[in-house]
Parts: sequence; C-alpha cells; structure tokens
Amino acid sequence: MPESGASAHRAGGHNFNELIQAVARERSQTAFAVLFEHFAPRLKSYLMRLGCDAGQAEELVQEVMLLVWNRAETFDPVRAGAATWIFTIARNRRIDVIRRERRPEIDFSDPALEPEPVETAERTVETERESARLLAAIAGLPDEQAQLLRLAYFDDKPHSAISVEQGIPLGTVKSRIRLALDRLRKLLREEDA
Amino acid sequence: MTIPVHHPGEEILLDYAGGSLREPFALVIATHLAFCPCCRTKVAELEAIGGALLEAEEPASLSKECLPALLKRLGTGSAACSSPRKPSPSVFAKLPTEVIRIPEPLRSYLGKPLEQLCWCSAVGGIEQVDIQVGGPPIRTRLLRMKPGGSMPRHYHPAIELNLVLLGGFRDERGSYRRGDLVIDEPTLTHHPIADDGEGCLCLNLAEAPIRFTGLVARLTEALRGA
Repeated sequence: MPESGASAHRAGGHNFNELIQAVARERSQTAFAVLFEHFAPRLKSYLMRLGCDAGQAEELVQEVMLLVWNRAETFDPVRAGAATWIFTIARNRRIDVIRRERRPEIDFSDPALEPEPVETAERTVETERESARLLAAIAGLPDEQAQLLRLAYFDDKPHSAISVEQGIPLGTVKSRIRLALDRLRKLLREEDA
Repeated sequence: MTIPVHHPGEEILLDYAGGSLREPFALVIATHLAFCPCCRTKVAELEAIGGALLEAEEPASLSKECLPALLKRLGTGSAACSSPRKPSPSVFAKLPTEVIRIPEPLRSYLGKPLEQLCWCSAVGGIEQVDIQVGGPPIRTRLLRMKPGGSMPRHYHPAIELNLVLLGGFRDERGSYRRGDLVIDEPTLTHHPIADDGEGCLCLNLAEAPIRFTGLVARLTEALRGA
C-alpha cells in the first residue's frame, strides 16, 4: 500500500501503480488524492501547452482525473505504468474535447485482435521502475532534443509545422527527435531484457 | 494468421502515440495495430515516453477548490458517457465470422456487417463504401476487388494509404497481405491485381483533390496511362 512506501521507487515514496490499484480495489479517496496531487498539476501544464487557458485546463484536468477514478479497474500495470496510462487518458480526452474528434483505439479484448507472440506475452515489464528511469533519462537529454521531443508529443502539430515555427530545417527536427527516441527506447529495451 | 510485413513509419506511429494524428489516419494506424503485435510494442514504448514527458512537466498551480470539487464528483459516474463504444457481448455473438475478422476500432466505425453496407461500383470492377470519419479533404473508404480482379493502371496525384483487411493484392512493387499498410506516394503509377482466393478488401484513405469528386473525372483519371 502507498503508505508503506516499501516498494516505492520515487522521491516522495509513492508507487503510483499501487495507488491506482488501491483506487480500483478499495475506492480509496486517500490514494486518489495522492495521485491527484502528483498528476493534476502536470496535466494542467500539458493541457496549457496544447492551447487551453487556465480555466479550461482545470476543467479538463478534473475530467481526466474523474476518468482515472472511474476506469481504475481497467488499469493493467503490465501493459503500461501509471504515468503512461494517465497520459493516454488525457491525450484521448483532449482530442475529444479540444479537437472534437474521436480517438480510434485498439480493443485489447477484441477476439479479432492478432495475438501477441508467446515471448512477448510472457514478458513482464516493471512499468513503475521503467517510468522512473525514463524520467531520469529525459532529464539527461540535450536541451535541443528534449525541447523538440516535447513539441512532438504536446504540440498537436506535424513535424513540418514544428520545423516552420522553430525555424529549424525539417531534417534536423526529425533527426533530433529520432536521436532522443532512440536513446529512450534503448533504455526501455535494456530494462526488458 | 500471418503477421504483417509492411508497417507504418516511425514518424506516423509517434504522431499516433502523441495524439497529433488526425482521426482518419489514426483509424488506419489503430486498425493496423490490431493486426500487428510488433507495431503495438512500438506504440507502447512511445506512449511510455509520453507518460514520462507528462511526469517531467513543470507542475502548474491549481486553484484551491479543484480537488475538493472533484472529490464531490467521484462516484457520480458522470464520465461514463466518454467510455469507448463497444458492441455488447450479445450483439457480438450474433456477428457473422466475416465481421469478426474485421477488428476494432474499424468494426465500430462500420457499424454493420460488410454485406449490409451500401457498396457501389467504381472504376475497374472495384466496389466501394465511404466511411464517415473526419471530413474533406480526406476521403476514407472500403475498397474491394473480386478474386483475380485488377484495377486499370492508374496514377496517384496525392498520397494514399491502403490497409489490407482481407485477402491481398500485388502490383509492380510487391505483394501485400492482411494487415499490411501500403503507402502510395504521389506520382506513383501502378496496376494492382487482387489475389485469386479471397480477392482483396482494403481500408483506403486518400486526399481527395477536386478532380476526383466527379465520376467522369475519376474515370478519366483512373484510365490515364492505361
């Protein structure tokens, strides 16, 4: 449980995967409040980068956190860690609300889904630890790469528009983003091994 | 079943994972993911990076009433309206096998079995159904060719995506099977031929320039160079 902090990997002593599971199992408002304190201010930043004003961002933060509460039972820490799961909820919600589009997603329970090869299905990833390591690696990226990587995720624009806005040639935008991704993915794959 | 061999590029997967990809393109990518465990792993990695970037964000200050207001809303179920649409198990059980072979999310976009869709004939013995997703200038369709059928040699004025859903086809560049994503670059000229067994069913996404909107113009365009 979160209060024990025994298996925590973060400053602050919280294991966010376990907190979401506590929300799912026990409808724990205490666990939920800890998740809120950590993620809500970051979600607000994310949404403001995407063009929301402060009021709209807070309204959306509430909606996203409400979805975290309502869908906690569907959280699968083997598939994705807490931050990743919350990121995907926020991404889908902002596409819905800001862009007024549906978000087509695969359905992991769909019988028509091509199954994972056995070795992938048996792979267990420590998503909580993985996410802490990714965070450290992002902090270590050169500024020029980190900045473009953020734009690629948070700007709702294709690379060509990022290139024009930043006054950086398209090829350079692409190669910097690729360098950053390669570095982070290498770390993810080492973790899997 | 076979695993696809023609995949989307890294950039489009990043746009899908980050959320900047527009709905029709995202529908093609998400449907390819249903066929392709390998691209699912790549998207999971890109989403993990998105999660870490969210955590690395500088926290913005929230108004004091944000959390208390939210705590009052817990358990009201007011977010239920935004849960993803899924056919209920009873509906699913009634679906013919052929429809089950069309994976989500495309199946929900179609809304009914393939044979109940309004197919209409297009050039070259092709049949097509428009799918309502996004809007102009992108046109999203199902295209099907009969077993062994071929499309007249034609020219692509703009980029086009084809995701093979059933059967397969071949052209001058190679052959494509279920789950393969085929990108036709602008200026490509080719002559697709459907497989003998099942023919070919594709999810097709094209920028629809004005000269493609009229049937006569489409016909002229399709026959150019034939």
